[in-house]
Amino acid sequence: MPIIINPDKCTGCETCLDSCPFDAIELKDGKAYINEYCNACAACLSVCSEGAIISTESGAQTKERKQLIEDYKDVLVFAEQREGKLAPVSYELLGAGRRLADELGTGLLAALLGADESEAMELVKWGADKVLLCSDPVLEKFNDDVYSEVLAKIINEYKPSIVLAGATPIGRSFIPRVAARLRTGLTADCTSLEIDKDTKNLLQIRPAFGGNIMATILCPDYRPQMATVRPRVMKRGEYDANRTGEIINVDVDNLTPGTKVIESVKEVSEISVNLHEADIIVSGGRGVGGEKGVRMLEELAIALGGVVGASRAAIDEGWIPYSHQVGQTGKTVNPKVYIACGISGAVQHLVGMQSSDIIIAINKNPEAPIFNVATYGIVGDLFEIVPMLTKKIKEIKGT
Amino acid sequence: MNIIVCIKQVPDTAEIKINPETNTLMREGVPSIINPFDLHALEAGIELRERHGGKVTVLTMGPPQAESSLKEAISMGADEAVLLSDRAFAGSDTWATSYTLAMAIKKIGADIVFCGKQAIDGDTAQVGPETAEFLNIPHISYIRKIEEVKENTIRVQRMMDEGYDVVESPLPVLLTVVRELNQPRMPSLKGKMAAKKAEVKTMGMADIGADEECLGLKGSPTQVKSIFAPEVNADKMMIEGTPGEQVDNLIRELRNIKCL
Ligand SMILES: Cc1cc2nc3c(=O)[nH]c(=O)nc-3n(C[C@H](O)[C@H](O)[C@H](O)COP(=O)(O)OP(=O)(O)OC[C@H]3O[C@@H](n4cnc5c(N)ncnc54)[C@H](O)[C@@H]3O)c2cc1C
Ligand SMILES: Nc1ncnc2c1ncn2[C@@H]1O[C@H](COP(=O)(O)O)[C@@H](O)[C@H]1O
Repeated sequence: MPIIINPDKCTGCETCLDSCPFDAIELKDGKAYINEYCNACAACLSVCSEGAIISTESGAQTKERKQLIEDYKDVLVFAEQREGKLAPVSYELLGAGRRLADELGTGLLAALLGADESEAMELVKWGADKVLLCSDPVLEKFNDDVYSEVLAKIINEYKPSIVLAGATPIGRSFIPRVAARLRTGLTADCTSLEIDKDTKNLLQIRPAFGGNIMATILCPDYRPQMATVRPRVMKRGEYDANRTGEIINVDVDNLTPGTKVIESVKEVSEISVNLHEADIIVSGGRGVGGEKGVRMLEELAIALGGVVGASRAAIDEGWIPYSHQVGQTGKTVNPKVYIACGISGAVQHLVGMQSSDIIIAINKNPEAPIFNVATYGIVGDLFEIVPMLTKKIKEIKGT
Repeated sequence: MNIIVCIKQVPDTAEIKINPETNTLMREGVPSIINPFDLHALEAGIELRERHGGKVTVLTMGPPQAESSLKEAISMGADEAVLLSDRAFAGSDTWATSYTLAMAIKKIGADIVFCGKQAIDGDTAQVGPETAEFLNIPHISYIRKIEEVKENTIRVQRMMDEGYDVVESPLPVLLTVVRELNQPRMPSLKGKMAAKKAEVKTMGMADIGADEECLGLKGSPTQVKSIFAPEVNADKMMIEGTPGEQVDNLIRELRNIKCL
């Protein structure tokens, strides 16, 4: 959908220049001019009061393309395993995949590499109709090249219309290779996936520019439509121990990885924090002022039965280790309750905790952006509020 | 050893603000910088050259003004710089970007290609692995340490969720790097002089022998359909009163939602 300017209508008012996230509109000879950095995102269309900016629909799809698109039907989830056990993100992808498949009226497939039948059965109980299982021992450890080869082979054979994978170190590393090989699009870190009612295309919504804006991405002319999703962003589906499905063994021969994993080393942080599993997270930012403040939050977290998270500012200050960081370059969490204490709410932090069920913000600045996402907001000094809260909770719980 | 470092010029996203009235980005005065992760990639390339000899070429695909980032890379110690700039490259998604970079890398030739883990404007982390696929060479993502480089192999530590893997790969290979790998150096005085004199080589579609159908907006499978401001929570509840009242009210709310 290239965007063009009608020079007869353009008054050269420059309103559209700022609307462009890509710096693709310039003023030339008193008229707006679209340069080569245009991504056809349409952000400028609505800002022009003269109607001088027009989007020209791309040409109709060729017959072959239409046929190709019709040939691709199901939804496929890449089910990640570590040491033979399913990674939690797999259940979340099945939840999202089931919803999309039901809406499209198609089947839900899961591809499982390097694990056994009992794990494959788990995928069925979590919602898969068919599991494509490749238990070749070469696949037990993650290797980009063999994983790419097997998943590309499965996709070529089963022709899913949509492929979902976790935005984990594994998914983020090899899924792009698969997309490149299949000559199709891939959208990273989607926070929401919907089906377009008219075209049945997948609407892939993700943050861009450090979370300052959201973008809806489409892959209309190529198949499959591929997306990665961060752990803890989608809700798990229903578990049904009686659900039945088909397990199909995928045969591969002569899989020889180019790269070799010599050893896998586990590093457990001093205080093992499991932000991903926690129901309650008490998080601190620069406002907690130091290690003493962090200890105060720890007390509240213990009283509530939760764990402590942090903004990058608190980590950069050295008050708390990196493993506690929530946000764009830290962990994505969605606990039942997230209590943000002395955190301003920079977009890079918000993208990591926005999907929490309940957000409580305690900040002394009423203008702090954290209040924009909060369910409950308290304008106040955390050094007053937090100890009082901890004390009352302890009283109630009788601890 | 021929080393290519892929760098991208990006707006400093930490400086970007959204205009609450028009819901559009305010980019005015936002500086353009070398993608922070790519500085670590460049540092890794320079260190390898210092130890094993060879040449470091920085490569970027972007508008003519991206030349300033290439010059900055030379001032840090890169030997040569290539700018991929052509109208036909406009509007590339990660697929088309990777294809274009790979065509150029084939022309230049490399034993090791370094990329940043991700670019802070799009945060996709896809261009590295996709480029390796187009080059038909292995890649290893999230490198936090280079343990050993031999004539035909390299051994590195790759960051994983709960620790790291030690991975060995034949050369040529593409590596994407994380911050933990190193501390990027500052430009030296000598480097700044070199950057002033340096010629940035510009290449277009014909120079890299690319297929037009695979380039730019036309070659990109993904399309941006729309861009919008993140939602703000409309049902937020501000808890007023003295600190004591605020705490009591919050406790009542927490009980209502069965959190207590
Ligand atoms: C590429 C990139 C990636 C990033 N990734 C992340 C990430 O993953 N996670 C992350 O968190 N950040 C990340 N950041 C950093 C982010 O932009 C912000 O700088 C950071 O989140 C700010 O942390 P803060 O809210 O704790 O500090 P500040 O912004 O300094 O806010 C401190 C807040 O505390 C309040 N306060 C002070 N004293 C008190 C008191 N006594 N009582 C109550 N309130 C008080 C103040 O009013 C203020 O709102 C990233 C940045 C970049 C550029
Ligand atoms: N236009 C570009 N020119 C050169 N390198 C790029 C370009 N885009 C991305 N890269 C490289 O690919 C990495 C990942 O980028 P991305 O996939 O956009 O997050 C970056 O850190 C760069 O090393």
